[in-house]
Amino acid sequence: MTDKITEQLTELCKERILVMDGAMGTMIQREGLVEADYRGERFKDYPSDLKGNNDLLVLTKPDVIEKIHNMFFDAGADIIETDTFNATSVSMADYDMQFLVREINVEGAKLARKVADEWTAKTPDKPRFVAGSIGPMNRSLSLSPDVDNPGFRAVTFDEVATAYKEQVEGLIDGGVDIILIETVFDTLNSKAAIFATQEVFEERGIHLPIMLSCTVTDMSGRNLSGQSIEAFWYSTRHAKPFAVGLNCAFGAEHLRPHAIAIAAIADVPVCVYPNAGLPNEMGEYDETPEVTSGLLEEWAKEGLLNIVGGCCGTSPDHIRAIAEAVAKHPPREVREAPTIMRLSGIDPVQIATAAPAE
Amino acid sequence: MEAAKRIMRYGAAAVVMAFDEKGQADSIERKFDICKKSYDILVNEVGFLPEDIIFDPNIFAVATGIEEHDNYGVDFIEATRLIKTHLPHAKVSGGVSNVSFSFRGNNMVREAMHSVFLYHAIRAGMDMGIVNAGQLTVYSDIPADLKERVEDVILNRRSDATDRLLEIADNYRGQGAKARVEDLSWRDAPVEKRMEHALVKGITDYIEADAEEARQKLDRPIQVIEGPLMDGMNVVGDLFGSGEMFLPQVVKSARVMKQAVNYLQPYIEDEKEDGAKAKGKIIMATVKGDVHDIGKNIVGVVLQCNNYEVIDLGVMVPWADILKAANDHGADIIGLSGLITPSLDEMVTVAEEMERQGFSMPLLIGGATTSRVHTAVKIAPHYSGPITHVLDASRAVGVASTLMSDTLKDDFVEKTKAEYQDILEKRLAKPKSDSLATLEVARANKAVVSFDDYTPAEPSFTGTKVFDAYPLDVIAKNIDWTPFFHTWELAGNYPAILEDKIVGESARDLFADAQKMLKEIIDEKWLTAKGVIGIWPAASTGDDITLYTGEDREEALSTVHCLRQQVKKRAGRANDCLADFIAPVGGKKDWFGGFAVTTGHGIDAHVARFKAASDDYNEIMLKALADRLAEAFAEHMHARVRAEFWGFRADEKLSNEDFIKERYQGIRPAPGYPACPDHSEKPELFRLLNAEQTAGIELTESFAMLPTAAVSGYYLAHPEAHYYGVGKIGKDQVADYAERRGVSIEQAERWLRPNLGY
Repeated sequence: MTDKITEQLTELCKERILVMDGAMGTMIQREGLVEADYRGERFKDYPSDLKGNNDLLVLTKPDVIEKIHNMFFDAGADIIETDTFNATSVSMADYDMQFLVREINVEGAKLARKVADEWTAKTPDKPRFVAGSIGPMNRSLSLSPDVDNPGFRAVTFDEVATAYKEQVEGLIDGGVDIILIETVFDTLNSKAAIFATQEVFEERGIHLPIMLSCTVTDMSGRNLSGQSIEAFWYSTRHAKPFAVGLNCAFGAEHLRPHAIAIAAIADVPVCVYPNAGLPNEMGEYDETPEVTSGLLEEWAKEGLLNIVGGCCGTSPDHIRAIAEAVAKHPPREVREAPTIMRLSGIDPVQIATAAPAE
Repeated sequence: MEAAKRIMRYGAAAVVMAFDEKGQADSIERKFDICKKSYDILVNEVGFLPEDIIFDPNIFAVATGIEEHDNYGVDFIEATRLIKTHLPHAKVSGGVSNVSFSFRGNNMVREAMHSVFLYHAIRAGMDMGIVNAGQLTVYSDIPADLKERVEDVILNRRSDATDRLLEIADNYRGQGAKARVEDLSWRDAPVEKRMEHALVKGITDYIEADAEEARQKLDRPIQVIEGPLMDGMNVVGDLFGSGEMFLPQVVKSARVMKQAVNYLQPYIEDEKEDGAKAKGKIIMATVKGDVHDIGKNIVGVVLQCNNYEVIDLGVMVPWADILKAANDHGADIIGLSGLITPSLDEMVTVAEEMERQGFSMPLLIGGATTSRVHTAVKIAPHYSGPITHVLDASRAVGVASTLMSDTLKDDFVEKTKAEYQDILEKRLAKPKSDSLATLEVARANKAVVSFDDYTPAEPSFTGTKVFDAYPLDVIAKNIDWTPFFHTWELAGNYPAILEDKIVGESARDLFADAQKMLKEIIDEKWLTAKGVIGIWPAASTGDDITLYTGEDREEALSTVHCLRQQVKKRAGRANDCLADFIAPVGGKKDWFGGFAVTTGHGIDAHVARFKAASDDYNEIMLKALADRLAEAFAEHMHARVRAEFWGFRADEKLSNEDFIKERYQGIRPAPGYPACPDHSEKPELFRLLNAEQTAGIELTESFAMLPTAAVSGYYLAHPEAHYYGVGKIGKDQVADYAERRGVSIEQAERWLRPNLGY
């Protein structure tokens, strides 16, 4: 199944490496917002602490979020992410704000949509896209939080899927172009997100491009469900995403082997948006735009990239440098993969089809 | 089709049985027809990936004695061939043991049938099957006569095949594979290695037996934990660290550990040795504003495995809850965790608050963005108790047990402190070191204290008021008992401490003795309480507070010199100074108060009496009670000032607990304490109060009060006034302060030595 946006993105992806935005969280942190800013007038007397609920800012400080979106477009981003990473009823329960989930997603998407449309009008030769950001959630479907009971789960697949469905509906109603399931550390959570997304597509008879982005949590190169990037891809390729890749994790340097691995097997465009290195001992990201863009340019040169951007610690300066660096290089060629049964546990397995002997 | 769509949405491959409304397909044609029909619907209509379809065209039992069953083996094999030829990418599977169902009880024959069946089915394209992989013979190992007769049956080569197989079947009965067992060669290793293996592999089956063996081998049961078990966990930690083990496996390892520890527990307790029991209580929390807790949970598990009681407060925990839980549970250690960078600031806040509330328990800092340097530079300076950065879960146990050890703790704490001081100094020595704001910047970031919607209440008097022989029974009602127990080195909070498992009994005895002596002190008037309070018209000028002789605020009576925080603050946090809480010159009318109280008069005679009787216990008891009474007196006078003499909170009704937790408007900071750390401001306060004459309190050369059971300080009434620590200050402020005080910079530096940030 395909749709107009997918077609448009696919065409663009053949022409050049597309650029995503950088770190929303880092930019918000730079604003130095205090509790009162997060609350705004509307949540002045809200009983729980709200500072740190960055998604809430699309309601209480939309001007700040709009400014950040503009900064990244100005830096050369083709795709920006909505400020909705945590906007599911499961994650928002931390702030007792489950009732706001739909509103945050709709408004977050509208805000990004508005900014994107303004930029597309300004530079029609460079259309801008909005990716609805769907984070991994703060509850894991694969891990037991209770050491005495490995079978225990804090949440069920259906609960997670239901929560994601609400988010996806809100994002679509707000006008996103892309459903971006990102920072996947638990593959099963991402599968629930895929499940929810496809359910919404089917109910509404629509289709939008999906992007999947896994993260690796340690030097083993696996996510928290223990999967390698290849295993992750085999677990999720049924989503028939428009693109697959990696984000967050450590900086570009350490992400490289995994980027190579996914670029080698994915039969769809590859997207990578790493952190600006790891935070230093004082909690600051100190990889400069030159360093990040230098590393990513190497990748572009080697034909690993279709879509590139930045995650934690990357500023508009990083994105500008990245955009300039990768513009000189052609995008990765997307090749078809042979039809073969691909299964995965924590490692991938391909089962060749045994042909009948003569 | 609905189901198929759902399966696709789950991203699963599917096993499709050759089964329709008429039942399971048995013939070659029915098997293939049903599979083809399913394939067409799935691939062409639903969009199912053909490589994700696994057909199971039904394996049925042969050699049943029923003629129609004889061809079932061939039916499956030939259907498989058709499927694999005509339905691209599809797979074939089947439940193999069905085929030999009629020979159950004769494993040798059954295994031979399975091998033969698979040999032919795989050649026809079978991709996978459900078999007991431990019960398969190799095709070429099957005895020739058995193989021939089995093949006759499977391939339906002759009508008497079944009978011919039955003829020889009994010859093989009872033979065949012994029940194959898991590879237990690791059990041959020495017990330490076995325990390591069990931990790494997460095998609980033998751990109790191994723990028992190790217990007998070693001198003391605790050594089993400290020795082989910890060694094993270290291996687990290393493997996890290097990416060779994953979290779920580590959690399984933790379970093995826990089981072993539980087994050893009774033996350890039998030894009845202090320190061998539950090693301590640890409060763990992910700090406010942060929701990441995986790392914290791991540390919690590891600590629990090592027999620590872990009280996990979860995520987004405000400092107040952390401190409260630490008090309520009588915790030994607090562990803070955080992943996101703003958590680093929050940890500083927790440390500050611990300091303010007089905590002394060790504070552990951990989490992805934390570091030794940050802990040393940003957190340690705010907390005088032991503070240690813990790199990862594997270190947590070592650090915790050192901190709980009588013999190792002091050394470790001192070493860590020195190390952090060293890091701090090196950091400060760097030209980049800019942790302090300039005085100018700090002043610009003063607290925005609003006097628009707050009008200071007019006190009932100005000048001083003296209280002589204040009733001790009234004062005693305000005693905060928790510090009393701390004096006696009993850790815990009153009244919970009385029920504490470990110290409860001694706490109860002590408390009974204290109550008895307190009654004697009051009834027999051992002590005399004297105090003086003062309230004066005041206005702030910069960082100073000017006191005036009259309400016209024309003639200055005195100046209180305050210090301003210079540590760089994050957005929204002010660089505090007491003067900010007093209305500025030319603003609203405001006042400033002071007090000095003591309950120490008369103590010397009784101390001498106990000394003469070599009664240390009662001597210390009396001093401790006098100290508590002095604090209670200060608290009580503060309440009267708020409600009555100054009257800014005439409606205040608070419980004693509220007082202790300082849930009231206004503060009473004391010179020499964090908010106004310069002790040398005390003489001026005493002059204003005429405290030597009125309350009989003298100041020593180094500004200590005599009698020692005494408290003095300032009163500030503004609702936003709060306690804080001035912390480190820069040379610019010291110079400024010296000028204001009219002393040399060297003199000011001597007074402010602990606060010098350069």
